[in-house]
Amino acid sequence: MLRAVHLTKQFGNLTAVDDVSFEVGKGEIFAFLGPNGAGKTTTIRMLTTMLRPTSGSLEIDGVDPEMDPEEARRKFGIVFQDPSLDGDLTAWENMELHGVFYGLDRRLRNLRGEELLRKFNLWERRSDPVKQFSGGMKRRLEIARSLLHTPPVLFLDEPTLGLDPQTRHKLWSQIQQLRRDEGTTVFLTTHYLDEADQVADRVAIIDHGTVKALGSPLELKAMTGTETLEKAFLSLTGSGIREEGADTGETMRVISRMWSKR
Amino acid sequence: MNVIYFLWLREMRRYVRSRVQIAAALGQPLLYLLALGFGMGPVFRSAGRGSYLQFVAPGVIAMTLLFTSVFSGIGILWDRQFGFLRETLVAPVPRVRVLIGRTLGGATVAVLQGLLVVGVSLIAGFRATHASMVPLVLLLMALVAFVFAALGSAIGSVLQDMQGFQLVMNFVVMPLFFLSGALFPLSGLPPVMAVVTRLDPLAYGVDGLRGTLIGATQFGVLLDILVLVTTAAVCLAVGRYLFSRIEV
Repeated sequence: MLRAVHLTKQFGNLTAVDDVSFEVGKGEIFAFLGPNGAGKTTTIRMLTTMLRPTSGSLEIDGVDPEMDPEEARRKFGIVFQDPSLDGDLTAWENMELHGVFYGLDRRLRNLRGEELLRKFNLWERRSDPVKQFSGGMKRRLEIARSLLHTPPVLFLDEPTLGLDPQTRHKLWSQIQQLRRDEGTTVFLTTHYLDEADQVADRVAIIDHGTVKALGSPLELKAMTGTETLEKAFLSLTGSGIREEGADTGETMRVISRMWSKR
Repeated sequence: MNVIYFLWLREMRRYVRSRVQIAAALGQPLLYLLALGFGMGPVFRSAGRGSYLQFVAPGVIAMTLLFTSVFSGIGILWDRQFGFLRETLVAPVPRVRVLIGRTLGGATVAVLQGLLVVGVSLIAGFRATHASMVPLVLLLMALVAFVFAALGSAIGSVLQDMQGFQLVMNFVVMPLFFLSGALFPLSGLPPVMAVVTRLDPLAYGVDGLRGTLIGATQFGVLLDILVLVTTAAVCLAVGRYLFSRIEV
């Protein structure tokens, strides 16, 4: 469903992603874990047509995002790290606009929109402006919206960041149900390793742009001789504190801007 | 087409919901119209140029069009800050449609706001001279709005943060306004000023509005329309290029 082969991305002389290869099967929940600045978001941005790889190849449901970005964009839904809703519009209008972007006709938009808003407990609030929503509601709406066009693949970039444990728990059970109901392939990143341990079928641990380990949570724990995924993670990536994510992101953004000759 | 329509609709929805902003945005034109219209009136009249209110009202209408449309174009910067821009940029839609939808929406909002100022001007005592000119007035308002909505979108595509916004205000928007002849006649200016004002696209908008509203034009309404159409095409082309290069 999802394939990366020798994927590499350089910003100037900084190699953010270095020869990364993995494959994610249909209906699989795949967690992409790593410390801040490890290359997770850069990888997602390449998979989702926002960034061109320096070298290597990618495939989403049989489509090469480099060759045919528009077709590739129909194949995935994405929930970004930071919110991407229009706060002045209502929940329903946000859904509607998304449906229009993805070429769904009105009947399908209404049908699927209602189904998803109900599933994520937002139907009663559909006519309220999104700016009145809590963080958890916004996140649920983003996930509902990203599923409107029935994408085979769903990218979740730290979907539970800043949410309380109740909301996180609920969100994951909804995502697991989704996989059962629709066979959606889920590619996620998170810093909450216990969550990855519970929901992910397989985990890739990435650091300094390269994949350090790849396997089921059980395999990784066995490999490192540890009892929790968190301990396995630390034994693979070391316990040194990393540069803040925002700084690294910002540095890369600045460098990429320099290199796109803006 | 659907995408363009719904992005236009988005701007409309946001406009009608922002009643406070609508009222707030009327404050400045009102001040110019009343304070300058009545304050400068005696001086203008004693210079033998007739009613200043009659003269300045088309300028204030053009000013409203300029500010509202540039700001709505720069709204791309807000979409960037609040994240909605990402949603539009990973959608399987050609970016030029996104750009056109929001530019048309911004231009429509500016025309609506401009019509409010027309209403206020009429209440203040402004009188248009030829009722038959109404369609041409509307066309000119739409053209001015579109030119500067497109310019705003182009600027919004390259702005990264609020600091840049101030820069644009002081070095693009205010000069466009002050050099347009919205507040003073363009005839009999010193040579340098005469050249500079002729390079300001808004000058043709102001001139066209004055020509159609009070029958006084410097360049001729036809030339005004030609310049505005050309500028619109250039701004849209530049906007299209810059918008296609956005990375989020």
